[in-house]
Amino acid sequence: MAVVEAHTQHLSSGQAHAHDEHHDHHDLPWIRKYIFSEDHKIIAKQYLFTGIFWAIVGGAMSLIFRLQLGFPEADISWLKPLLGKWITPEGKLDQEFYLALVTMHGTIMVFFVLTAGLSGTFSNYLIPLQVGARDMASGFLNMLSYWFFFLSSVLMFISIFIPTGPAGGGWTIYPPLSALPQAISGSGAGMTLWLISMAIFIVSLLLGGLNYITTVINLRTVGMTFWRMPLTIWAFFITAIIGVLSFPVLFAAALLLIFDRSLDTSFFLSDIYMQGQALHYKGGSPLLFQHLFWFLGHPEVYIVLLPALGITSEIISTCSRKPIFGYTAMVYSIIGIAFLSFIVWAHHMFVSGMNPFLGSIFMILTLIIAVPSAVKSFNYIATLWRGNIIFTPAMLFSIGLVSFFISGGLTGLILGNSAADIQLHDTYFVVAHFHIVMGTASFFGMLAGVYHWFPKMFGRMMDERLGYIHFWLTFIGAYCVFFPMHYIGIAGFPRRYYLFSSFDAFKTFTELDAFISMAAIFTVSVQFIFLFNFFYSIFRGRRAPQNPWKSNTLEWTAPINPGHGNWPGEIPHVYRWAYDYSKPGAADDYIPQNIPFSQTPESNLPHEKDEE
Amino acid sequence: MTTIDIKKTALYESAQRPVHMNPKKFAFWIFLVTVVMLFASFTSAYLVRRDAGGWLHFKMPAIFAVSTFVLLVSSAFMHWAYISAKKDNFGKLKIAIAITTLLGIAFLVLQVMGWGALVEQKIFFAGKYANPAGSFVYVFSSIHGLHLISGIIFLLVVFANVYKMKIHSKNMLQMELCTTYWHFLDLLWVYLYVFLLVNN
Repeated sequence: MAVVEAHTQHLSSGQAHAHDEHHDHHDLPWIRKYIFSEDHKIIAKQYLFTGIFWAIVGGAMSLIFRLQLGFPEADISWLKPLLGKWITPEGKLDQEFYLALVTMHGTIMVFFVLTAGLSGTFSNYLIPLQVGARDMASGFLNMLSYWFFFLSSVLMFISIFIPTGPAGGGWTIYPPLSALPQAISGSGAGMTLWLISMAIFIVSLLLGGLNYITTVINLRTVGMTFWRMPLTIWAFFITAIIGVLSFPVLFAAALLLIFDRSLDTSFFLSDIYMQGQALHYKGGSPLLFQHLFWFLGHPEVYIVLLPALGITSEIISTCSRKPIFGYTAMVYSIIGIAFLSFIVWAHHMFVSGMNPFLGSIFMILTLIIAVPSAVKSFNYIATLWRGNIIFTPAMLFSIGLVSFFISGGLTGLILGNSAADIQLHDTYFVVAHFHIVMGTASFFGMLAGVYHWFPKMFGRMMDERLGYIHFWLTFIGAYCVFFPMHYIGIAGFPRRYYLFSSFDAFKTFTELDAFISMAAIFTVSVQFIFLFNFFYSIFRGRRAPQNPWKSNTLEWTAPINPGHGNWPGEIPHVYRWAYDYSKPGAADDYIPQNIPFSQTPESNLPHEKDEE
Repeated sequence: MTTIDIKKTALYESAQRPVHMNPKKFAFWIFLVTVVMLFASFTSAYLVRRDAGGWLHFKMPAIFAVSTFVLLVSSAFMHWAYISAKKDNFGKLKIAIAITTLLGIAFLVLQVMGWGALVEQKIFFAGKYANPAGSFVYVFSSIHGLHLISGIIFLLVVFANVYKMKIHSKNMLQMELCTTYWHFLDLLWVYLYVFLLVNN
């Protein structure tokens, strides 16, 4: 058996060398190499840079509306050069533009940063490198996926600058508000652009997802069985499946909404009076839109979160120098979360007037998600327990994610109760909950990923000291922003309101709101430390060694600056799982996946002796 | 930075993979899943909306039965084309693909005539007198029609490749994908039609 294997290895590496020599001179033109590239690594960086751009736009928007919420009396006419006519002559933020800012902040952060920026970057970058493939299953479709995303980004960006302003009906674009252009200015041309942009975004996402799933199933290297895949790959794989199943539903909802808006159908509209005039729409159901939207919308939460959890699993295990605790349980909990995510959507609709009995069923299903989530949290902590922890910036951000995942997840249990939700629905309590558990947690996962795989992406190291400063200031800042929101939420502050100072009940919380705004300004400002570190290190960072974190996964066996095709010679074969850290008896505290058991007789477990 | 020719190395590497299904074929099946999800959401929206009341009951025009029959026949010809390609019988292959394409176009024409018949019954897509019950029929058939147009384009591409001798018993991938897609679109319409007959 061994002889045959050696023979085929020899044969194939000989072939690979022949190809090397033959094709070295054949170089792609610059534009095909860096702009319209089919190389998954370039596409991943394109997603990353676009994601960073959108994060800056989305973050800036949140600062503008936090200024309004925290300091409603302040004169902000100094923002006039930026916002133009959206600042009223009295130096206040235009009320409808406030709604548009909230809407666009949500849309940008959920879809453009934490879906495209996170999945797009890391699924693209890591799937071929970690499963041992030359590239994605279809490089062309992968390129199309990015350029569809780019087109949808351009349209969404244009919508910010049109005279009627961007979409203003909330990121959930509930009809009838979003369906009637005469309702608010944000339901005019801005909403049309929003819908077109999102339709194109969905096409991009489906093309990407198709590729991720196919690559994981079909292009794994020899020996890379499903149960040897790193948890990052499991997370990206399941995320892609959720996306492929749920985004077509949003597409259907958007299409019907476009028909309602532009072609006068009444799928979602019924019995509406405007300025005393009865509109002709009849027979439609606005609740139907909510069902369709949240059938996507809830899985979307996990599309955002699961990749971050996968990245965290990998980093926590590597930097604790310990195998991940409960690998199988981790995989099954990802699958469990993914499955449950499809049958809980109506917990967003407890107060929409749907049947309360249905509400109790959705409540029970929702609370069951706590089980796989708790399994994951427990396993993270158990992995850290008595580990030989190395606090790299990536590790700190991963631990930060675990912290946010737990504290945000706990409030999820409260909100998941259909009775408690009557009080808390649409208050800042909800805002606090999802910003912690989905927003900040995923954002931390993304940052952890950037810090951890930066050496692979750019061949250089990021500055660690700036990384530590960035982590602590962001960690403290983010809690200062979102923790107090629970209190004002319990006090009854509704979300999306422009001004609270005119209500007597809310006056006692004015200072807390100002504090949140200051913390938000602080937290966003410290991200510039990251931006500086990121761009400076691309050009001036310390050169990266082959395997800076002493990690087991395959990407670190590729050259420091991998070319198209990832490995110049043969693709490494895989003999073991990705988590052989600190294995008793082994010389080093890590054994990469491509080391056969025959080379490590001193550390093999009894059942592994057969595989030598 | 060494660059290697991915397409060529992929050939011998693919032989060692744990799963042997062609990645393009696999990706194509996932694409079909997205289409299924799209229509699953349309039809479930239909049911949810119908149960909310204010629903207009009407009879589907008979012409849709004719169009369904035409599409079913086209599927049979598609299968004939597939078998001919497998046997390298190019004369029959060309005829079969041509007939399939023509029947596909005939189906689309019949669908548009079906819309005409609906309008005559005063079942409108949009506007003052429209009811979602009717609008949904237009949405189902038009979105399915758009997919069918993409299917016809696919057939034309296959037709051109048969002339260029690019499709034969040793190179069946495109033929297989096209056949799968056409049968899928056929089944999809049968599902939609039966769904409308049963639930209207």
